[in-house]
Amino acid sequence: MKTLHYRELWCSSPRYWGGLAFLGVIILIGLVAAFYMEHSGHYVTGMTNQIVWGLPHVFAIFLIVAASGALNVASIGSVFGGPMYKPLGPFSSLLAIGLLAGGLMVLVLDLGRADRLIVAMTNFNFKSIFTWNIFLYSGFFVIVGVYLWTMMDRKVEKFKRPVGFAAFFWRLILTTGTGSIFGFLVAREAYDAAVLAPMFIIMSFSYGLAFFILTLMSAFWWADRTLGDVRLAKLKNLLGVFVGSVLYFALVYHITNLYITQHHGVEGFILLNGGVYTSMFWIGQVLIGGVIPLFLLYSPAFATSRLAIASASILVLLGGFFQVYVIVIGGQAFPMNLFPGKEVLESSFFDGQIASYIPTMPEALLGIAGIAVAMTLVAVGARMLRVLPETLEDPEDECA
Amino acid sequence: MRSSTGIKQLTALLLGGLLLVLSTAGLSESAVTKGSKAAEMDACVAPTDEMRRNHMDYLQHDRDLTVHKGVRNVTNSLAECVDCHAAKDENGQAIPVDAPGQFCAGCHEYVAVSLACFQCHRKTPEDKSSALESEPTGGKLGLLLDAGKQPTLTPAELDQLHARILED
Amino acid sequence: MSKSVDQPEMNRREFLGKTVVAATAATVAPGVLLTVANANSEQQGVSSDVRWGMLIDTNKCADGCSACVDACNKENGIDLQQKPEGHSDEMWEQQRVQWIRKVKLQDKQTGEQTNLPLMCQHCEFPPCVDVCPTGASFKRADGIVMVDRHICIGCRYCMMACPYKARSFIHEEVANQLANAPRGKGCVESCNLCAHRIDDGGTTTACQDACASKGHNAILFGDLKDPNSAISKVLKEKSSRQIRADLELNTGVRYTNV
Repeated sequence: MKTLHYRELWCSSPRYWGGLAFLGVIILIGLVAAFYMEHSGHYVTGMTNQIVWGLPHVFAIFLIVAASGALNVASIGSVFGGPMYKPLGPFSSLLAIGLLAGGLMVLVLDLGRADRLIVAMTNFNFKSIFTWNIFLYSGFFVIVGVYLWTMMDRKVEKFKRPVGFAAFFWRLILTTGTGSIFGFLVAREAYDAAVLAPMFIIMSFSYGLAFFILTLMSAFWWADRTLGDVRLAKLKNLLGVFVGSVLYFALVYHITNLYITQHHGVEGFILLNGGVYTSMFWIGQVLIGGVIPLFLLYSPAFATSRLAIASASILVLLGGFFQVYVIVIGGQAFPMNLFPGKEVLESSFFDGQIASYIPTMPEALLGIAGIAVAMTLVAVGARMLRVLPETLEDPEDECA
Repeated sequence: MRSSTGIKQLTALLLGGLLLVLSTAGLSESAVTKGSKAAEMDACVAPTDEMRRNHMDYLQHDRDLTVHKGVRNVTNSLAECVDCHAAKDENGQAIPVDAPGQFCAGCHEYVAVSLACFQCHRKTPEDKSSALESEPTGGKLGLLLDAGKQPTLTPAELDQLHARILED
Repeated sequence: MSKSVDQPEMNRREFLGKTVVAATAATVAPGVLLTVANANSEQQGVSSDVRWGMLIDTNKCADGCSACVDACNKENGIDLQQKPEGHSDEMWEQQRVQWIRKVKLQDKQTGEQTNLPLMCQHCEFPPCVDVCPTGASFKRADGIVMVDRHICIGCRYCMMACPYKARSFIHEEVANQLANAPRGKGCVESCNLCAHRIDDGGTTTACQDACASKGHNAILFGDLKDPNSAISKVLKEKSSRQIRADLELNTGVRYTNV
């Protein structure tokens, strides 16, 4: 096997700086939007006392979940010893760091008192899953950073496996933590399910890999480097398995709920009569995020089509976004059942009513800026660090 | 101003504290706003120099006492700062203490320290006669509410004790 | 975070210690007995010997009456909140603060109607306190659940966790407040059982007073731990229930005839 050379991503200046400038503008617009929301107060958003977490949280959770999944490729390479994945490890770590940073930025900038971030870093309530997550997220940056170092520096290469193991377990805990933010909310019928935590892990596998495939393909296209078909086919097959698993978990989640009479209301809402949430579930999550990608990934007609792989990845991300939206917003929109057996005739606080939520432009701009932050970090990181091999041509002596 | 970060505030506070020390010498005794209740009084709950330097810590200390322990009769109560230090305009209406040039804002602007208190707290003295008709409590202290136990200190007495310690 | 370099060496404990020493000297000398609360600074203020609670008799709660809501709004300065200029009424209805609300229910089977006020239930094991990352959402020793606005970062996780939707977020800049009810953009708040009244020695809440003055007397406030309090006596005699008792939160607010 040929030796691999890692080199900084290089492409012509206008192409690179043009791309960066584009991302920069998106980030700037997002920051302006965040300042506007922060300055006026949240009344300018679609969020209310009924839908307390809105579009920014959908973006943030989506990115954070994808971040831990993006690390998967590195884990397969160094922890589970997959030779085809090994050269992709450093880039996968970089992407994980970038996605997490983008997600956290969105989360933090949506706080009612974002100026008090230092309070969140100095006052802890260790019973809160949010507090655990503060440590899980900062720990993730450190561990993945060290992991990246061990993959790039021969002098510390001997630590690669233990650090890789640590990173792998850390990311499992991190996604469990993110899933638990919802899973432990006993009050709301849509969330009170332990299966949410493992479901978030499998969701992270799927979104993270889709992000990885897309960024890898664009990076190689950007720098005119060669990406072999066999390697891409491996990633593609893996994505197919993950997409299928996400569908399976969604099935288990809903079937479990359907067994519980108490939860019939919320299930009917999501699956049958929830209007926009029902469409998002069936068309967004199941069709766009599941069935079509599976077809694109497994149909022999598209066996080596890069367009099919890229489209499938994009659809997986879109579907994933809808899935998080249905979980976060749909779960809040369905009214809590405070008085079983009773119907609410009147309430000034909308008890017993399905809450409406219409996201506003600033919220969306902030969320999109989060994705741009992730992509910027990856673009800058790949340019400055040797995370990508010069070529990923298919090895001649190895068959997939 | 209102959305400055915590770190900014911290630096600003440190810097402000330093500036305050440097500037105390230059400020005359009449830094109190004319036309406020404080202008007619000899001293605050502690000597002026000390208040200038430490009021934020006194306030923070007593705020935790009030919010978490329910002790409302504290020496360093923000509401009382406002009661005493708010000036009145020509119509006899109280001017907010965080209005430009007023007692709190005048100094805070000068030292560039964010005046975060009044993002949530009332900025003018409250007209107690109309707003609140709470139970006559005989000025019982929150800490002595246990049934059957009589309060042994009136708030005024405790205030005096606080003041005495501060003078030490 | 506001510790400056030029502070005199006086921390809180020392300060309290000195106060207590002085207080002791001042009171013991004239021969007055000191209460236990005075001797130990940690026991100042609210005490866990009491637990404030409320009992609501829904039979007495009148249809169409909103005296409790109005009184709460006045007592806690909620009526000072203003809709931002040009904002739609429909959105504002969902964004304004509500500490207490009237709910009218109808049994799906029997058609029986019930009216009741709903507010923070002051759980013994409050989910909002469990989830708060900074500890801003807390339970006082006397059982009152409230928000320390000074360390609330506005993440709204408590609102997600509360089974009663008892909390409101401040969606806009607030210009006017009462001294006893600070309120500002970006923090979460909810019913605090009129803590300022209780701390000043009061024994009733604004909603209770208002309900009584209307002649309904549907709200009874008192100490759940004192077996001789009016609320404890009624609770012992009548059957009452907690809303969402299945969550085992042991709420401080109870209802009869629901």
